[in-house]
Amino acid sequence: MAVLVFADHDNTTLKDGTNKTVTAALALSSDVDVLVAGKGAGDVAKAAAGIAGVRKVLHAESDALGQGLAEAISGLIVPLMAGYDALLTPATSLGKSFSPRVAANLDVAQITEVVEVVDGSTFVRPIYAGNALETVQSSDAKKVITVRATNFKAAADGGSAAIETIDAGPGAGKTAFVDQQIVKSARPDLTAAKIVVSGGRAMGSAEEFQRVIDPLADKLGAAVGASRAAVDAGYAPNDYQVGQTGKVVAPDLYVAIGISGAIQHLAGMKDSKVIVAINKDGDAPIFQVADLGLVADYKTAVPELMDALTAAGK
Amino acid sequence: MKVLVPVKRVIDYNVKVRVKADQTGVDLANVKMAMNPFCEIAVEEAVRQKEKGAATEVVAVSIGPVQAQETLRTALAMGADRAILIQTDQDLEPLAIAKVLAAIVAEEAPDVVIMGKQAIDGDNNATGQMLSALLDWPQAAFASELVLSAGSAKVTREIDGGLQTVEVALPAVITADLRLNEPRYASLPNIMKAKKKPLDVKELSALGVDTVPRLKVLKVAEPPKRTGGVKVGSAAEIVSNLKSNGVF
Ligand SMILES: Cc1cc2nc3c(=O)[nH]c(=O)nc-3n(C[C@H](O)[C@H](O)[C@H](O)COP(=O)(O)OP(=O)(O)OC[C@H]3O[C@@H](n4cnc5c(N)ncnc54)[C@H](O)[C@@H]3O)c2cc1C
Ligand SMILES: Nc1ncnc2c1ncn2[C@@H]1O[C@H](COP(=O)(O)O)[C@@H](O)[C@H]1O
Repeated sequence: MAVLVFADHDNTTLKDGTNKTVTAALALSSDVDVLVAGKGAGDVAKAAAGIAGVRKVLHAESDALGQGLAEAISGLIVPLMAGYDALLTPATSLGKSFSPRVAANLDVAQITEVVEVVDGSTFVRPIYAGNALETVQSSDAKKVITVRATNFKAAADGGSAAIETIDAGPGAGKTAFVDQQIVKSARPDLTAAKIVVSGGRAMGSAEEFQRVIDPLADKLGAAVGASRAAVDAGYAPNDYQVGQTGKVVAPDLYVAIGISGAIQHLAGMKDSKVIVAINKDGDAPIFQVADLGLVADYKTAVPELMDALTAAGK
Repeated sequence: MKVLVPVKRVIDYNVKVRVKADQTGVDLANVKMAMNPFCEIAVEEAVRQKEKGAATEVVAVSIGPVQAQETLRTALAMGADRAILIQTDQDLEPLAIAKVLAAIVAEEAPDVVIMGKQAIDGDNNATGQMLSALLDWPQAAFASELVLSAGSAKVTREIDGGLQTVEVALPAVITADLRLNEPRYASLPNIMKAKKKPLDVKELSALGVDTVPRLKVLKVAEPPKRTGGVKVGSAAEIVSNLKSNGVF
């Protein structure tokens, strides 16, 4: 069995979701190749070649691949799948946008957001916002899988795979890139961060969100997340959303401030190791999952937390 | 411009889902059902495009049991012009749904399909992308803004790290994300009017589409429970606790 892993990256840096997906792939087969599709992504290909256990890196370059256009990526992958029995893609927005296309073109099911590999055809995946875990067995000859990376350990570095340059494929066809706005941040990536600080509707404005959440995150070296309510209201950018239909995170520490804990939010963070919640409503459902809950107004509690962290040498 | 909007009947998003004791699935008996929230956003968008004059007809379609007629009536009450139910009691996978929708597209010849990005029961987030691939139409998934013009659509998409704008040639498949709009509540007069709008019912078997499942569900289990619920008295206690249990 040979497995192709799609590398998650931003054309400059390889994301750690790739290493985690390689771990899932190695549970299926020892013949694991990584595809780096991008533009000016030579460093990414080198980094992928350094993941322990990787057999070979395939590297394709074009504008459309670098822009993450689903048609271009699936058009590149579908013919490659003649040589593979499975495609594993980290379940990022990009992965979610092209992987089902590959599955449909191969006439196979997609097995979505796999959290556990049971055997070569059996997988566990969450359904109903993580309120149930479904074990499914695939009868398809080829498996097209998206991987919930947070459920797998990152494969270590130390490999030295060969890099093979391949043709960029057919391009994006009838989809044209216009532009994009990417929020640049010096903070760690939300899905890979060891600590995440998230703010909710309680913040009341974008200014307040930044005034309260950002310094706390910076003090902790944390990534910033948000509830849907905070994103919908414009307090935080869309890609901060943690939850069933946003990002799934599982850091060592998750700090929820002014977030009620709706099931859709819990779906995105309840696998965190330690959960801290600050909420003025003692009955908020977030407290049912919080290891450390503080019933308080964030306006006084967050400054106190900052002071306590300073006192603790943070 | 004709818009096709696929809508799914799912457990209401407020319901706390319970796994059956025999681990064969989740308990759907006497549970409140509703239109999938992302499908509501898709219907709302199609109706707004019609109200703006960009679209001329909005056709809602659902694949599901006889009760999915209620879901379609909701779409009609929100402003869809007519509805199609492809009736089946089978629980179909996204690939099968995409194939059924491709057959409906062949009959209806819409200029654009607007659908939800994700159904909140299976959480697959796959059907729209699959449909687009099967039809060899362009896709714009996770739309937060849509401008339709003759022959093309300009779509802002929610992506990792921010927003991306693409232009797709029509016909195309567009999937709706949360920020595309806020769906309206159907008014009582519109609910009454919806009862008179056409709703065609066809048997799935009449379409001759291959819907054989590719995945066998071996079991459905409850996730491990978290033992939360500990409250502390001060922010300082949070920090000392984090130190003592090794987070810092
Ligand atoms: C289809 C669908 C998908 C969804 N996907 C997601 C998702 O991916 N992620 C997500 O987060 N949500 C999602 N939601 C929304 C979810 O149901 C909730 O509406 C949302 O999570 C609520 O956000 P919140 O906790 O910030 O706001 P609220 O529920 O309004 O909670 C605000 C909390 O702040 C507390 N508070 C207020 N003032 C203060 C103060 N001064 N100090 C301390 N505490 C204070 C309140 O007690 C309250 O508990 C989805 C919903 C649907 C229908
Ligand atoms: N049974 C169905 N009938 C009509 N549309 C569906 C059905 N299942 C899925 N869809 C559409 O596909 C979208 C994504 O669903 P999914 O890929 O299952 O997450 C939904 O929001 C609907 O628009």
